[in-house]
Amino acid sequence: MLLRHTTKEVKEREGLTINPAKTCQPIGAMYAALGIHGCLPHSHGSQGCCSYHRSTLTRHYKEPVMAGTSSFTEGASVFGGQANLLQAIETIFSVYDPDIIAVHSTCLSETIGDDLQQITKKASDDGKIPEGKFVIYASTPSFIGSHITGYANMVAGMAEQFTVSTGEKKDQVNIVAGWMEPSDMREIKRVAKDLGVKIVLFPDTSDVLDAPQTGKHEFYPKGGVTIDELKSTGDSKCTLALGSISAEPGAIALDKKCKVPFETLDMPIGLSATDRFIMSLSKAGGVSVPAEITAERGRLVDVMADMEQYLYGKKVALFGDPDHLVPLTEFLLDLNMKPVHIVSGTPGMKFDKRMKEILERAPYANFKNGLNADMFLLHQWIKNEPVDLLIGNTYGKYIARDEDIPFVRYGFPILDRVGHSYFPSVGYTGGLRLVEKILNALLDRQDRDALEEKFELVM
Amino acid sequence: MAANYNFPDPSVIKEELINKYPAKVAKKRSKSIVINDPETIPEVQANVRTVPGIISQRGCSYAGCKGVVLGPTRDIVNITHGPIGCSFYSWLTRRNQTRPESPTDENFITYCFSTDMQEENIVFGGEKKLKVAIQEAYDLFHPKAIAIFSTCPVGLIGDDVHAAAREMKEKLGDCNVFGFSCEGYRGVSQSAGHHIANNGVFKHMVGRNNAPVEGKFKLNLLGEYNIGGDAFEIERIFEKCGITLVASFSGNSTVTAIENAHMADLNVILCHRSINYMGDMMETRYGIPWMKVNFVGAESSAKSLRKIAEYFGDAELTARIEAVIAEEAPKVKAIIDEIRPRTEGKTAMLFVGGSRAHHYQDLFSELGMTTIAAGYEFAHRDDYEGRHVLPNIKIDADSKNIEELKVTADPDLFNPRKSEAELEELKAKGVEINGYEGMMKQMESKSLVIDDVSHYESEKLIELYKPDIFCAGIKEKYVVQKMGVPLKQLHSYDYGGPYTGFEGAVNFYKDIDRMVNNPVWKLIKAPWEKAGTESLEATYGIS
Repeated sequence: MLLRHTTKEVKEREGLTINPAKTCQPIGAMYAALGIHGCLPHSHGSQGCCSYHRSTLTRHYKEPVMAGTSSFTEGASVFGGQANLLQAIETIFSVYDPDIIAVHSTCLSETIGDDLQQITKKASDDGKIPEGKFVIYASTPSFIGSHITGYANMVAGMAEQFTVSTGEKKDQVNIVAGWMEPSDMREIKRVAKDLGVKIVLFPDTSDVLDAPQTGKHEFYPKGGVTIDELKSTGDSKCTLALGSISAEPGAIALDKKCKVPFETLDMPIGLSATDRFIMSLSKAGGVSVPAEITAERGRLVDVMADMEQYLYGKKVALFGDPDHLVPLTEFLLDLNMKPVHIVSGTPGMKFDKRMKEILERAPYANFKNGLNADMFLLHQWIKNEPVDLLIGNTYGKYIARDEDIPFVRYGFPILDRVGHSYFPSVGYTGGLRLVEKILNALLDRQDRDALEEKFELVM
Repeated sequence: MAANYNFPDPSVIKEELINKYPAKVAKKRSKSIVINDPETIPEVQANVRTVPGIISQRGCSYAGCKGVVLGPTRDIVNITHGPIGCSFYSWLTRRNQTRPESPTDENFITYCFSTDMQEENIVFGGEKKLKVAIQEAYDLFHPKAIAIFSTCPVGLIGDDVHAAAREMKEKLGDCNVFGFSCEGYRGVSQSAGHHIANNGVFKHMVGRNNAPVEGKFKLNLLGEYNIGGDAFEIERIFEKCGITLVASFSGNSTVTAIENAHMADLNVILCHRSINYMGDMMETRYGIPWMKVNFVGAESSAKSLRKIAEYFGDAELTARIEAVIAEEAPKVKAIIDEIRPRTEGKTAMLFVGGSRAHHYQDLFSELGMTTIAAGYEFAHRDDYEGRHVLPNIKIDADSKNIEELKVTADPDLFNPRKSEAELEELKAKGVEINGYEGMMKQMESKSLVIDDVSHYESEKLIELYKPDIFCAGIKEKYVVQKMGVPLKQLHSYDYGGPYTGFEGAVNFYKDIDRMVNNPVWKLIKAPWEKAGTESLEATYGIS
C-alpha cells in the first residue's frame, strides 16, 4: 500500500498537517500574473520559492513558466530585501525587458516586514522603472490562506494598480476569472462572444500557458490581458466575479477604486452554475441568449438524462479549491450523485457558508475546510465510508490506488496527465467534458469488474 | 571521446552571452563563464550569490537538505516546520524510489508532513505547535525517527527547532528526533542545505548502531538518491559482485542502515557535491576512506567496480567483478553498436546539479556525442577544477554561515581501514583515495564551462550552437523544447531511468536516440509555412 500508515480511526489533530489539500499564496500570485500580457512575475524571497513555484506550474502546464526572484541571502534577511528588489527590477528591465513586473511577497519578506509599496515607489523615484513600464505588487504571506488567497491578492493588485476611471462609461462587462485553466478562460471568452457581450477578462492565461509549438520560445506569449484593457475596466458597466474566494477580491478592488458595481457568481462549472452565469452575463450585456447557447445547454442535459442510471446514487469524495468545489458539488447533486466527503485546505467564511447552502441538499456529507482539512483526513473518511469515485488533483492517485477507487483528475496541480489546459471544464461544453470523464471512470470500472456473463456491450 | 566537433571561437560566444547585462552583472557573470582548457584548467567562479532578478535554475537550502539528502530515507517522518508551501512542493516530486522489505514495513515517502504555520505562529512563535505536531506524528505512526526542517520564517522569528527536538526526543524515549536549520535563505543555493543535512545526519544518526555487519567487502554508497531506481541497479550489480552494501546515503535507505554505516570499510561517493562532507567526517571519526566513483555510463561503471576491487585487493573479488563485467558488457555493446550510428557526431549541453553535468558526459561520449558546454547549478570550484583547489577557495560571508563540524577520531571506534603505506600504494596504482579531479579535466579544449547558467545565457547558447540535445531540469524543459531542441531532464529523468550501471546505460542510449531522432522536431512548421511552398493562389490559378 502506498499510504500504508493511514489509519481508519480519525483523531483530532492540532499541530500536524498531513498531505495538504492546499499550497501557499505566492504560487497563486505567480499564476495570476502570467495572465497579464508582457508581464514577468517576480518572487520577493529566497530562490527556492520561485524555483518551487515555477517547477509546479511547469509540471502542471508542460509550458515555459518564467519568473524572477530577489534571491535573498542571510544578509538580505537580516538587513531587509530592499536592495535585492531594487537590483532585481533594474536587472529584469535590462535583460528580460517586460512591460510589467508583478512582484509578490513570500513568508520570508513578510516576516521581516519588507514593504512592497514603499520599495516599488523607491524604484520609481530612483528612475529604475523605464518610461511606459510598470511594477505592480501584491502582498502574499504564505502563512495566511492558501494559493487561492495569493491568486486573489494578485488579481486585486491588478485592479487596484491599473484601473482608471475616465468618467466615460464603456459598453463592456468585466469578468474577473477565478483560478481556472487557460482552456476555461478561452471558453469564457468564446461564450461571451457567442452571447454578443463585449467583455474584458482578467487575468487571462489563455495563449500564455497553452502556447503552440513554433520552434521559437516567446518569452512573452501573445496571450494575457493587456495594460490598456486592464485600465479600461474602470469604465466598464459592471463586473462579474467568477468565484467568491479567488475572484471577488478583484471585483471589490475595482468597485472601491472606480465605482464599478459587481456581482459575484459561482464559477460556471456544471449546469446550474453555468445557467446563473449565462443569465447574469446576458443581463449585464443587455442581450438575449442566442439559440446556439440554449442548444449547448440542451446537449448537456441530454447526456445527463441519457446516462442517469450510471450516475444515480454514486458516492463521491472530492478535494481541492473553494471556487471549484462549490459548483462541482452542486453539479454532482444535479447528476443525482452523492458527494459524501469534501475537503479543502483553503479557509474562508464565505466558502464555508456557500458550501453549507449547497449541502442542504446533501445533509449526509462530511465537509471540512481550512486548518488540518487535509487529504489524510479525507482518506480516513473514505476508509470509514467508502466511495465510488474520487475527484481531485494528482495527489489523489495514491488514495485511489490504495482504496481501488475510480479517479477523475480535477483541480491544481495535475502533474501526470494532459488535457486540462486545452479542454475546458467551465460552461455547458465544459460540463459535458466533466460528465464524460466521470462516466468513463465509472464505466471502465464496471467493465473491469463485471462477471463474464454480465459484461455489457451496450451501456 | 568524439573529438570531431569543430568549436566556434568561444571568446566571441562568451561576449554574446554577457553583453546585454548591466556592466556590474556582466563583470560578475564573466568570471563564471570560462573557456575550458583541460591542460591548465582555468578558475571558475562558483558557489557565489545569484544576481537578484537573473532567472536562475537554483533552489534553496531547504530543498537541498529536506528534498535531496533526507527525503529518500523511507522510515523517517520528515516534518517541515513552516507555512504549507515548502512541504507541499517537496512532496514526492524528486522520484526517490524505495522498496520496503515487506508490505508492513515503514514507508513515509508518500506522505507530506507540515506544521502549516499561521500568522499567530509567526507573531507568537511556532515552537509550541511544532512540539504538538511531533507528538501527534509519534502517536499516529510511532516512527524510529522524526526530522524537523526549518523554513525561512523559522530562523527569523527565533524558533529553536533543535531545543524542541531534544525535548521531544527525551519525552518520547524510543524515537530519535532531530532538527535542521536549513532555512531557504542560508547559503546561495541548495548546496548549503546539503552541507547542513550532512552535519545533521552525521551528528544524529551515524554511529548509533554498532551491530556487526556480515560480509567481506562492505561499503556505503554516498550521494546516490535512487531517482528513477538508480540505486536499485547499483544494488543489483553489487550483489552480483559479492559486495555488501551497508548503507546508502540515502536512496532506498532506512534509519537502521544509516545508523550502522560506520561498520563499512569503504565509502564510495557518487554525487561529490552533496555528500563529500560525510566522506571526510567518517574518515576522520572512524577511519573509513572514501573514493569517488561514477556509475553513470557503462564504461564508467566497469571502471568504478575495478577501483573497488583494487581497494579491497582481494583476488577472488577481482575475479568476480571481472566476470560480472564480462557478462554485462556484451549486452550493452549490442545496443550501443545498433544506436551509435544514429547519435555519432551529435552535440549535447548539460547544465544541471552538482555532479550530474559531469557524470552524464560519459554516457554522451559512449554515444559518440560531444559535450560542447556544461555547468553546474549549485557546485563549488572543486567540482569543476578538482579537489586540489580546496585550500585556495575563498570562504565568503554566505559560506561562512554554514557550520563546519569539528570532527575528531572516535576513541573506541576509530580504526583506519588502510595504513598510510597501503593508501600510497593504491595511489601509485592510480586509485585516488579522498580525491576528485572535477569536470573540466574531462572536457574538451574550447568547450564552455558555465556556473549557475541563467535563462538568458541558455537561450543564447542554443541560438548560437544549436545543440542536438540540452540537459537541464523541469523549469528549462519546455523553454528549450519550444526552441525545437529536445531537453533531457537530468533531475527527474523525464520519469524514466534508471540510468546507472549497465542496464541504466542501455536505458539512456535508447532515450537519447529516441529524443534526438524523434520525427516531431521536423513537424513543427506547417506545410504552408515552409519556404518554397507555392501559394494556394498559384496552385489553383486564382488571381
